[in-house]
Amino acid sequence: MRRLEVPDFSTQELMIIAAAREICDGEVVFVGMRLPITAFGVARLTHAPNAVGLFECGLARDLPATETLYTMSDPANQQGALWASGLVPVMGQLQGGRVDAGFIGGAEIDRYGNINSSYIGDHEAPKVKLPGSGGAADIAAMAGRLIAIMNHDKRRLVDRVGYVTSPGFLAGGDARRRAGLDGGPSAVITDRAILRPHGDRHELHLASVHPGHDVAEVVANTGWPLQRLTDAGETPAPTAAEVAALREVDRDGFWR
Amino acid sequence: MDKLVGLAAAVATHVGDGDSVVLGACLEANIPFAASYEIIRQGRRGLNIIAPISDASTDMMIGAGCVGQVTGAWVGSVSGGLGHNYRRAVEQGEPQPITIRDHSNFSLGMALMAGAYGMPYAPLRSLLGSDILKSNPAFKLTENPLSDAAEPVVLVPPLRPDVAVLAVQRADRFGNAHLWGNSGVTQEAALAAARVIVMADELVETEVIRSDPSRVLFPGYRVAAVCHVPGGVHPSPMVGRWRRDNAFFNDYHQQSRTAAGFAAWLDEWVLGPEDHPAYDAKLGAQREALRIKGQALAAPANYAAT
Repeated sequence: MRRLEVPDFSTQELMIIAAAREICDGEVVFVGMRLPITAFGVARLTHAPNAVGLFECGLARDLPATETLYTMSDPANQQGALWASGLVPVMGQLQGGRVDAGFIGGAEIDRYGNINSSYIGDHEAPKVKLPGSGGAADIAAMAGRLIAIMNHDKRRLVDRVGYVTSPGFLAGGDARRRAGLDGGPSAVITDRAILRPHGDRHELHLASVHPGHDVAEVVANTGWPLQRLTDAGETPAPTAAEVAALREVDRDGFWR
Repeated sequence: MDKLVGLAAAVATHVGDGDSVVLGACLEANIPFAASYEIIRQGRRGLNIIAPISDASTDMMIGAGCVGQVTGAWVGSVSGGLGHNYRRAVEQGEPQPITIRDHSNFSLGMALMAGAYGMPYAPLRSLLGSDILKSNPAFKLTENPLSDAAEPVVLVPPLRPDVAVLAVQRADRFGNAHLWGNSGVTQEAALAAARVIVMADELVETEVIRSDPSRVLFPGYRVAAVCHVPGGVHPSPMVGRWRRDNAFFNDYHQQSRTAAGFAAWLDEWVLGPEDHPAYDAKLGAQREALRIKGQALAAPANYAAT
């Protein structure tokens, strides 16, 4: 593996900035925790000053919190909020079709963007019991677009997940529509690359490779024969403005 | 009616073996850990714990052998990861097997809402396409009977818990309570449960509650018991009162990796201290460091009638 040539940002910082670019100005976004919450802050400070963040514990915010959060219900995420309410009024916005995009992670994702965060092995006698859905299944089913954040290795990017906690395109093609769902995954941001669904089957394809990584390495670490989009290139490096915004949001240097 | 009682008495009276109990309705905030600890001390068995997520509370109750069933969306440590006791119970049947009734956060909130408002079920577009429909047989996949076109819908049965333990910033001794900040499924849980235990960080006169009734999420007449437990949500946070004890959560997560480590943790923090004041004293300066000392007061709201 080549070393990262631009020493000014970490892989995680690049992922955050890539995630921020998925948020459009004026959108209502389910933010989630950790990396996406920082991405929301970067988006607000750069290209999406009118984006609104929703949190399933019952909060809506415009401005990012002023200290590093360990959970979305931390007092620092509540002070200065624009709406402090309950889970049902906030998550009900998803079912009402009023949420443009949402971020989630998970233990496994497959070639059609289905995510497992519940069971490894048979759910009646699992090898590993994972924590479960939380709000992920709701966000995946009902947000306009789903952006998944994953670490990129063959154990995590698998051909088919054994248990669909959060539906992507299910078996591919029109399976998601037939199940009664709109939306679906629009991007998977990993520590090596960005994948996007493509074609009639909605199979995840390689959209760009992060600086310092290469196609062969990404393919070798993916659990299905990963195809490339014809215009697949390198993930654009963070701009000076994006790095400055990130450093302002990530004051403690948690992601450096 | 004066409903003020000690936490041990409230648990002894209102939480029985085999009960369904809401513990942690506010997601990561306001988890009534002091009540979880007291339920463990009193050795309850076969509980059905209902919570969207629970940030270590459900995990420790499973490890202590109190739990027969989990009805929830997520069990683990929010800042740490996997729930080690949850894993041992499900994967190895240690200390005992448990039944999981899988939900998503939204389906759990809607199930409590259905329970609160006497709805025979809540209709959901969420869970379509999810294997949660397979691992929880209580849900029913059907078609919207009001639609001419084919439109799949999931019916979620109501949840009517035996008990809900709800932590609030302040309450009077009659069960009238103020909660501010995010509320998770607190309101739905309070209105759906047969019995409500309010765990108040501060005990106030009724006039304080009356001064701002819009901050009341459930009526005092639905409350069975009020317990005054300052700092009872530790290690979880409470807006305006307590910061989250991140180090304590991390320590729990590390120690609970093994059954022996968890047993030692339980001895030190739950079974050792005889009650919440003893636990509080053991925390000592650590607790004071978590107290929120700043002020960001809301603007006054005028309720005058004339």
